[in-house]
Amino acid sequence: MNTLIPDKDYRVASACGIVGIMSQKGKRFSGESIIKSIACMRERANGLGGGFAGYGIYPEFPEHYAFHLMYESEKSKKITEEYLHQNFIIEKDEAIPVQEIPEIKRNPLLWRYFLKPNIKNYDLSEEDFVVKCVMFINTQIEDAFVSSSGKNMGIFKGVGYPEDIGRFFKLEDYSGYIWTAHGRFPTNTVGWWGGAHPFGLLDWSVVHNGEISSYGINKRYLENFGYHCTLFTDTEVITYLFDLLHRKHNLSFEVIANILAAPFWSDIEREKNLERKNFLETLRIIYGSALLNGPFAVIVANRNTMIGLNDRIKLRPLVCAVKDDFLYIASEESAIREICKNPDKVWMPKAGEPTIGNLKE
Amino acid sequence: MVKKSTPKEFIIERDNEKCITCQACVRMCSNDAHVYQPETDTVISYDEKCVGCHFCETICPTGAITIRRNPSEFKPNANWDATAIRNIIKQAETGGVLLTGMGCDKPYPIYWDHILLNASQVTNPSIDPLREPMELRTYIGRKPDKINLKTKLTPQLKLETPILFSAMSYGSISLNACISLASAAEEIGTFYNTGEGGLPKDLYKFGKNTIVQVASGRFGVHKEYLEAGAAIEIKIGQGAKPGIGGHLPGEKVTQEISETRMIPEGTDALSPAPHHDIYSIEDLKQLIYALKEATRYKKPVGVKIAAVHNVAPIASGVVRAGADYVAIDGIRGGTGAAPLVIRDNVGIPIELAIAVVDQRLREEGIRNQASIIAAGGIRCSADIIKAIALGADAVYIGTSALVALGCSLCQKCYTGKCNWGIATQDPYLTKRLNPEIGKRRLVNLLRAWSLEIKEMLGGMGINAIESLRGNREQLRGIGLTDTELKILGIKPAGMAW
Amino acid sequence: MKKIIIREEYCMGCRLCEIQCVVQHSKTKNILKVYKGKDIKPLPKIRVEQEGYISFALQCRHCQDAPCIEACITGAMYRDKKTGAVLCNEEKCVGCWMCIMVCPFGVIQRNIEGKKVASKCDLCTGEEIPACVKNCPNEAIILEDRK
Repeated sequence: MNTLIPDKDYRVASACGIVGIMSQKGKRFSGESIIKSIACMRERANGLGGGFAGYGIYPEFPEHYAFHLMYESEKSKKITEEYLHQNFIIEKDEAIPVQEIPEIKRNPLLWRYFLKPNIKNYDLSEEDFVVKCVMFINTQIEDAFVSSSGKNMGIFKGVGYPEDIGRFFKLEDYSGYIWTAHGRFPTNTVGWWGGAHPFGLLDWSVVHNGEISSYGINKRYLENFGYHCTLFTDTEVITYLFDLLHRKHNLSFEVIANILAAPFWSDIEREKNLERKNFLETLRIIYGSALLNGPFAVIVANRNTMIGLNDRIKLRPLVCAVKDDFLYIASEESAIREICKNPDKVWMPKAGEPTIGNLKE
Repeated sequence: MVKKSTPKEFIIERDNEKCITCQACVRMCSNDAHVYQPETDTVISYDEKCVGCHFCETICPTGAITIRRNPSEFKPNANWDATAIRNIIKQAETGGVLLTGMGCDKPYPIYWDHILLNASQVTNPSIDPLREPMELRTYIGRKPDKINLKTKLTPQLKLETPILFSAMSYGSISLNACISLASAAEEIGTFYNTGEGGLPKDLYKFGKNTIVQVASGRFGVHKEYLEAGAAIEIKIGQGAKPGIGGHLPGEKVTQEISETRMIPEGTDALSPAPHHDIYSIEDLKQLIYALKEATRYKKPVGVKIAAVHNVAPIASGVVRAGADYVAIDGIRGGTGAAPLVIRDNVGIPIELAIAVVDQRLREEGIRNQASIIAAGGIRCSADIIKAIALGADAVYIGTSALVALGCSLCQKCYTGKCNWGIATQDPYLTKRLNPEIGKRRLVNLLRAWSLEIKEMLGGMGINAIESLRGNREQLRGIGLTDTELKILGIKPAGMAW
Repeated sequence: MKKIIIREEYCMGCRLCEIQCVVQHSKTKNILKVYKGKDIKPLPKIRVEQEGYISFALQCRHCQDAPCIEACITGAMYRDKKTGAVLCNEEKCVGCWMCIMVCPFGVIQRNIEGKKVASKCDLCTGEEIPACVKNCPNEAIILEDRK
């Protein structure tokens, strides 16, 4: 029995490797390639965390929220299911299929539910309602954790090298049009399944390599808007910022990049287009508390988009490539070439410059 | 006439081996503490006249003078210290209210000295300010919740560094001191504050770096005055004397002061305690909008309050009344003249005030509607970093600026005999403050502090000051009780995230 | 040429310029040796004029059209080609005091310690900055390059 506290209750810095693949035409492909890609970056992890997010993997339930749950005990499963029954209509629930492999020593109970919200008199939108329920389970029900809560997407993660986690969850049997993956090198010796990346909320998934020095103020800024940072992770803050700025403030991803990785005042002064100069200045003045300071490379995805972004002085690596309609983003070029021998174009995005892949219907 | 005189505070020690009887000290002391004896061709000193301003010590060409505390001691008494005894003697003599200058000097805890800063290592690289850009630019003013295509910001003050010069009125300080502050603010790219003395003609040219103050006495407030500045500040209170108005003793009201303030020469300028048209929060809202209308909404209008027990709800009310910024002045704030007993006992430390106001405004979801400027005994760049991390947007410095100009905190500003030419209107004394040198020293101070702030920011792995504002994760408390930690909203040293 | 400019509005009347002028023109250039020891104390060549709170330090203006050079009967008063300063060659000076009579500023004095000579500001020959300018605590006298 471990006596060290799992990193559920305190922040842990980590170094990592990340990779994302998207078919912009919406063509679904097996999870095998993403496993192969992340395995190439094994050195960036230390076996204490790995995970994947896949979009388009549940075509049979396109309109249902697919909740992935982790339970440390049968009791927590029972309590959670009671709660879910009260607030949702459960279309189907089952154990997440896994394959026992020696590298994954122990695992929590892994279950998935396909749900439709049962909103009664709440003054909330459907999405805010789902967020509220996820927050409740994660903070109020002991030993239960929601790892993903989006429609037609899922997050598979745990303690182990990512390629082992991928095999454990049999991701080669799923097909999705966006896959992201993460391998973790946390600076503590006890891994908690819930602490691995990606972090997800609704359709959002974030894989993140970095540490946010501005965490203290980003967290307090989000609390102003009703987001409660309960997991003490930098990744949580990034996810909520995307949700706030895109879903609630209706800002495009390019503008969001200009907020999270804001250009320097000296660069804004040099901007020749006066209208854009005023816009960038105003943006920085209003959203100063959302600036993410500190090294980061993130890949953020939702059902229509995959975005790769670096901090404003590019303190973590990120490489991008395209072939036909496929977009690849990864910490290392080798991870891309492992699965795409001859990309049409390979480049390193500049600090603060977002790389955006869009689903073309 | 029998008089029990108060025991002298200082002893003037003159090294006769070094004294060359140049009489510079005799000529320079405004309190006539040094006298030349032609019979013996020596200078003798009258200790009881010395206020401890150190001007003679500084100017003596051979370093022959040392100012010491009077070693003559009372019997040790933990309850009755020398100051308490001295004060009673003075009041028995005069029957008056004891006056003093500068800020509270009592040994209340200084929370700045119980707060430690973070540095990034291994998992997060620190940033080198010599080789990478490090941004200190700060905008003071009201900011909207979000941006849309038509967003036009309300007027903002643009600061190149998060430090401004605090309100010090022309009257409490000399014109040369005001010019030093104004010209330094212009060079650095920040602002100074007129205080409640009005704006003398010579300073109109610095208008775009000036915050004009509207205080309870409304001294010197007229249309051109409001138009002249870059922002307007309504002074409700100040940290040195919460609850009472400004005070300029008659000795300091010369002809020029009389013209600028629009009051008779030689009369005490006593500002009323409240603004007599602000008896409640809705009245404040009326005044704020009256000023905005008068200046056609082109300038930010802020409100300065003293840090008192209910500073959090008061600040919240001020923000809701339409202020573009709230300046909060803590108990260590300075003044030219205040009753001693009020300066030393009324108000709370600024560290606690910033923490609770920032937290309260965030809880109410209105933190972005006004900037917070913190004031009251900021002594160094580390205090500034801590103030910003607790939640302030910028700081006001008053005492520090005067010390840069030469002040040695003798606390006799109300006499109008400041040897350094700062807190006086006597032309013989004001000559001593050369505004060119004054400007140079203030610019040096702000530049040095800005560089230090950049070093500390870089050490924390931050390269833009807005990522430090309110970021209490970068602070840890040391030697504080649980309650104090809770009020400040910081964790104890030793605890990780 | 480098000229000393007087700024009356900053003069405090401390007279440290007079002291430092004396020290600069002594042998040891050490203030304690000059005032308390055995070193010779020369006349100060700068004098503070004062009335009420108005004061300023006055020394030889090294005029373009120096009347003292015109009036000098021996040619002791001459202009240094390099610095443009008006200097007195004490070897040639006979102490006739004509220069004192014609000086419009009254900045020349009679030095009667030893051989009678005229004494006045020499812009501290050999020094980068004259002692009075260097030591004025309030920059009331400054050195400027003026035609």
